[in-house]
Amino acid sequence: MPRWGMVIDLDKCSACQACTVACRMENNTPVAGPAQAAQGRAILWNEVIPSVEGEYPNVKMRFIPRPCMQCDDPPCVKVCPVQATYKNEDGIVLIDYDRCIGCRFCTVACPYTVRYFNWFEPQWSPELRAHLNPDPEVAPRPKGIVEKCTFCIQRLHKAKQAAQDAGRVFQASDYVPACVETCTERARYFGDLDDPTSLVAQLAKSPRAVRLLEELGTQPKVFYLREG
Amino acid sequence: MSDQPELSDLERTVFSPLQKTSLGFWMVLAALGALVLWGALAYAIQLRDGLGVTGLDRPVYWGIYLTNFVFFTGISMAGTLISAILRVTQAGWRRSITRIAEAITAFALMLGALQILIDMGRVDRLLNVLVFGRFQSPMLWDFTCIGAYFLSSVFYLYLPLIPDMARLRDKWTGAPRWRRWLYRVLALGWRGTAEQFRRLEKLIAIMAIVLIPTAALVHTVVSWLFGMTLEPMWHSTIFGPYFIVGAIFSGIALLFIFMTLLRRAWHLENYIGDKQYNYLGLLLLAMSAFWIYFTLAENLTTFYGAVADEMNVDAAKLLGSFSPLFWGMIVLNAVVPFAILVWRRGRTPLGTFVVSVSVVIGMWLERFLIVIPSLTRPRLAFDVGIYQPTMTEVAITVGSFALLALLYLAFFKIFPIMAMWEVEEAVGSGQRIVISDREPALQPSVH
Repeated sequence: MPRWGMVIDLDKCSACQACTVACRMENNTPVAGPAQAAQGRAILWNEVIPSVEGEYPNVKMRFIPRPCMQCDDPPCVKVCPVQATYKNEDGIVLIDYDRCIGCRFCTVACPYTVRYFNWFEPQWSPELRAHLNPDPEVAPRPKGIVEKCTFCIQRLHKAKQAAQDAGRVFQASDYVPACVETCTERARYFGDLDDPTSLVAQLAKSPRAVRLLEELGTQPKVFYLREG
Repeated sequence: MSDQPELSDLERTVFSPLQKTSLGFWMVLAALGALVLWGALAYAIQLRDGLGVTGLDRPVYWGIYLTNFVFFTGISMAGTLISAILRVTQAGWRRSITRIAEAITAFALMLGALQILIDMGRVDRLLNVLVFGRFQSPMLWDFTCIGAYFLSSVFYLYLPLIPDMARLRDKWTGAPRWRRWLYRVLALGWRGTAEQFRRLEKLIAIMAIVLIPTAALVHTVVSWLFGMTLEPMWHSTIFGPYFIVGAIFSGIALLFIFMTLLRRAWHLENYIGDKQYNYLGLLLLAMSAFWIYFTLAENLTTFYGAVADEMNVDAAKLLGSFSPLFWGMIVLNAVVPFAILVWRRGRTPLGTFVVSVSVVIGMWLERFLIVIPSLTRPRLAFDVGIYQPTMTEVAITVGSFALLALLYLAFFKIFPIMAMWEVEEAVGSGQRIVISDREPALQPSVH
């Protein structure tokens, strides 16, 4: 079974946010609007987060594209009272939207704050609504439950089905999340971390490779290549 | 009561609020009812529109509903402490106030549990907790422990009521039909034989001992809801005992408030007097000292070590945007109790009432300062979270407090305020419930 992981090269990333947009179109995350977004209510499974370090004149601006870390030891899964959030056999942390009770224990337990809550019934303008992804696996989530990045799990399912339909063996390269596919600078890599020949496994071993809050022991499967 | 000439002074005191209700009381009930209605309306809107009508956001996912949850479960400690601990230690002066205290436990737990339901995004899926509940989640520890605590404290509240129910059944012959039916059913055919009393006392003693660890467990698992996450300043081993101390502290304060108001409205001056105010006042002062100790230990350790993530939160509390609330809390929980309660003249109904109002507000702030600041500054803090409670949250909070008072007052319009048989036992054995100022403040052999 592959251990899906992602590597993001911060030297290549131009903070264009194409990944954020691709993610929204692929996964049908609702539009919060400017007022709600200013209040911290935007739902962006893949957010590009600006971070200003230091003070004038020694200022450094960084941009961190931040999907779900897909931890091997996820603190969110530990605390869910109803097993609505779980790690599947592919090592991907998912949410059962039909089971979640909306207690938001997982959202406060995630040290990366990658989990989002549906404060209202999801909304789109008519133009955007016409372009919703018709895939039932990413049907809009109702109000009152939690959602987050799934590494585009629906794409994995489709890729496996396509391989089966074509009568061939499914390969790790058949599957890629929308943010990786769309990245304009080709800063994102995706694949099987357990396959030592895969590019993502090799990059994850690079001396430049770091993980966020590594010291917490959550074992994220998203790696960043530091700016050189 | 011309048809009941045999009533003792105690019985007259206890029966009269059940028999007569003044206009003023109805007006208080109506005012409380209006506030409850306001809260219920706000909740209906929240249910229709979603939790977006609150001030919650990312990363401040929990707000004053969770604050209220911790606060209400905290004050529920009052009943157990006063009743069970004082019973086990055979403190005789507890007898006239045990029921006043125990009723707080039952209703505060109801209100605490209600806060979790109010906070849930999908309360319609509540049964999922029963069907899919997993014990690896601290949330389930809370559901289980609070459920067990609620059932056992209601049972513990009921047991000493049995002889009182029988007495109301036998002596209040002119009672309305529903009351007669209620008292007869709840009296369980009590006849007051020596054997019945022996069994009852034994069961009460067992329940008192069962309740003490249960209560400790409840306040600990409430703290673990926070302590088991990795959030800075939540992930701390001090939380369990810190929450227990805070629970007893705020519980005694709320007990003082209810006790003093009821004493006045129900005319209980002959049964609740100096002794109760003096001893409980000392207990409140001692809990203030414990609370100061824990608060110092928590903040000094964090501040001195100054690990970046935790310091971020602590600096916001001590020096930053939360500092007015923090130092206000210190004044309310530490300065006010010490300024008044160290003096014997301060441990009076008026003095303890002032301190208790101060402590109840201070402890609510303490709960707020536990829940919110850590969430505004998570470990991966690219931005500082903001939280501004909305009118919806205020209405639901006010409504919840009003509901607690409403249920509590209604309860004592149906059930006697004191365990008459217990108070008589004390009088019969030569003990005095009320002692004068001249007696030594702390007399060890009272039981």
